[in-house]
Amino acid sequence: MSSTLAQTLSDSAVITRRNLIKVKRVPDLIVFATLSPIMFVLLFRYVFGGAIQVPGGVSYAEFLLPGIFAQTVVFGSTITGASIAEDLQKGLIDRFRSLPMSRSSVLVGRTVADLGLNVLSIAVMALTGLVVGWRIHTSVLEAIGGFLVLLVFAFGISWLMALVGLLVRTPEVVNNASFIVIFPLTFVANTFVPLETFPPVLRTFAEWNPVSAVVQAARELFGNTVPGVPVPDAWSLQNPVLYTVIWTVVILAVFVPLSVRAYMRTASR
Amino acid sequence: MTDAIVVEGLVKRFGATTALDGVDLTVAEGSVLGLLGPNGAGKTTVVRILTTLLRADAGRAEVVGLDVVRDADAVRSSIGLTGQYAAVDEYLTGFENLEMVGRLYRLTRAEARSRAGELLERFDLTGAANRPAKTYSGGMRRRLDIAASLIARPRVLFLDEPTTGLDPRSRLSMWEFIADLAGGGTTILLTTQYLEEADRLADRMVVIDRGRVIARGTADELKAQVGGQRLELTVGDAGDLKEAAGRLRPLAVDEPRLDESTRRLSLPVSGGTDDLATALRLLEGTAVEVLDIGLRRPDLDDVFLTLTGHVAEEATGPADDAATGDRTPAPAGGGAR
Repeated sequence: MSSTLAQTLSDSAVITRRNLIKVKRVPDLIVFATLSPIMFVLLFRYVFGGAIQVPGGVSYAEFLLPGIFAQTVVFGSTITGASIAEDLQKGLIDRFRSLPMSRSSVLVGRTVADLGLNVLSIAVMALTGLVVGWRIHTSVLEAIGGFLVLLVFAFGISWLMALVGLLVRTPEVVNNASFIVIFPLTFVANTFVPLETFPPVLRTFAEWNPVSAVVQAARELFGNTVPGVPVPDAWSLQNPVLYTVIWTVVILAVFVPLSVRAYMRTASR
Repeated sequence: MTDAIVVEGLVKRFGATTALDGVDLTVAEGSVLGLLGPNGAGKTTVVRILTTLLRADAGRAEVVGLDVVRDADAVRSSIGLTGQYAAVDEYLTGFENLEMVGRLYRLTRAEARSRAGELLERFDLTGAANRPAKTYSGGMRRRLDIAASLIARPRVLFLDEPTTGLDPRSRLSMWEFIADLAGGGTTILLTTQYLEEADRLADRMVVIDRGRVIARGTADELKAQVGGQRLELTVGDAGDLKEAAGRLRPLAVDEPRLDESTRRLSLPVSGGTDDLATALRLLEGTAVEVLDIGLRRPDLDDVFLTLTGHVAEEATGPADDAATGDRTPAPAGGGAR
C-alpha cells in the first residue's frame, strides 16, 4: 500500500513538473496568471474605486483585494479543464493510460500544477495590492490561513474542472462553458460590493454562494472586514471558514473519484 | 515458439455499431504481424483493447501471457504504444519527453536519461534533443513518439498506422527503423492501410473488414490465395480501356480490373509469357496505344479486392470511422493503386 502511495506521488511529481515546464515555455500562461490579476486589481481599485462606496469608511482597496484574490483563483482553476481537454485532443491521455503509472497521477499532477499557478497569481496580486493601499492587519498565522482558504477552495474547483475537461474534450468549449458558470458565481457574491445592495433573491443566493464565504473568510483572516457593517445573519457567512472547508471537502469527495473514473474510461476521440 | 499476443473471439460494440465481431489472432514472440484493413475496419479498436485503453464486450486477449483486463498494470509494463497521432508533449523538448515517459515506466532518473540519450541518437534526433517538440517536423514527431514507446524496452510494440500522413521519404526511413526493431527481436503488431507497408514489414498478416477477420497468412500465402499472375497494360487514352479489355477477354481467367485514372488494365491470366505475346497480337491493328505491358504476381491490392470485393481505400462510410476511432487523414500516397 505504501509503495502504491509512493508511486502515485512520484508519478504525480513527474506530471506536475511536465505541466510547469509548459508554463515556463508558453508566455500566454504566465500572462494569464500574473498580468491579468494585476490588471484586475488596478481596474477595480481606480476605475470603480471612486464610484463604489463601501460603508463604514474602509478603504475600497482593503475591501476589494480579498474579492479579487478569490475571483482570480477560481478563474485560474478553469485552466485545469482546458489543459486536460487539450491533452485528450492531442492523444497524450492515451499515451499516459497505456503506461504503468498510477491512475490518479495525471489528474493530481494537473491540479497541483494549477495550484502552483494560483500561488503565483496570489503572490503577484498581493504585491500589487500592497502598492495600491491594501494591508494585512492580522497575525502572520491568520494571514497564511487566509491565503490557504483561497487556494484550497480553488484546488477543489480544479478537480471539478478536471471532470468537465474529460467530458467536454474541447479546450475552447471548456473555457466558454466555465465562463458561463464561473462569472455569475464570482459576481453574484460579496466579491466587489457589499451584499446589502442586492435584491432579496439574489442576496440569498449570494449569502450561500461558497465564493462569498471564501471572500468573507479571507477578509476576516486578513483583517479587511468593514467595522460599521454587521456580517449578514446567514450561517454561511457567520462561519465562513467552516462553510468553505465543508464545500471544499464535498467537492473533492465527489469530483476526485468521478474524475479518476472518467479518466480511466476516456479515450482520445 | 510461444505467442506474445493471443486474441480470442473479441467483440466490441459502440452503440448500434459492431466494431469487432469475433476477432481471433495470435502473434508469435519476436514476429511482426500486419493488421490490415480499410478505414473503420476495426484495426484501432483491436489495438486499443490490447493496450488496455478499451474493454472488449466479449472475448479474451492476452499479451505476454497476461490478461489485458485482469493484469492490465502488468501488461502496461511490457508494452509500448505508438498511436495514430504522435502523442508527444509539444512544449517539452525531445529529451524531456523521453525522460518523462521513462520515469512513468518507473525507470530511475539515471536510467531514463541514459535511455533517452540512446534513443534520440538511434532515431536521428540528437541534434533536436533540446528543442521543444513543437518545432519538429511530422516525421520527427513520429520518430520521437516511437522512441517514447521503446524507452522501457517493451517486449511487445503496437504501432497504429505509423506512417499515415508521412511524406514518402519519412515513410521509407520509418520502415527502416521498424525493420530494425523487428530484427532486434521485438514483437510488433502493426496496423496499416498501406498494403505495401505490410508486405514489406510483416511476417504474417491478418486482414479484417467490418470487424471480422477475412484472411490471414504470410504475404505469399495471401497472394497464392488469389492465385495466378496479372497481365498489366497501360494505354495512351483512358477511353480505349474498354476496347482493350474486350479484345483481351479470351486470355482472362477472371474479371479484368480497369482503372481510368491510371489508364491501367489488370487481367488475371494463367498462360505466363505466352499470354504477353498473345496480348500484343490481339491488340494489333486496333486504335489502342500500348504504353506499357507486363506480367506480375498479384500484389496485396489484388488480394484485398478479391477478398472484400472493394478496393482498400474506398471501403466504409464515416459512421463506422467515428465509432471505432479509426479515423485517418487521407493517405499521402503509397496506398492502393
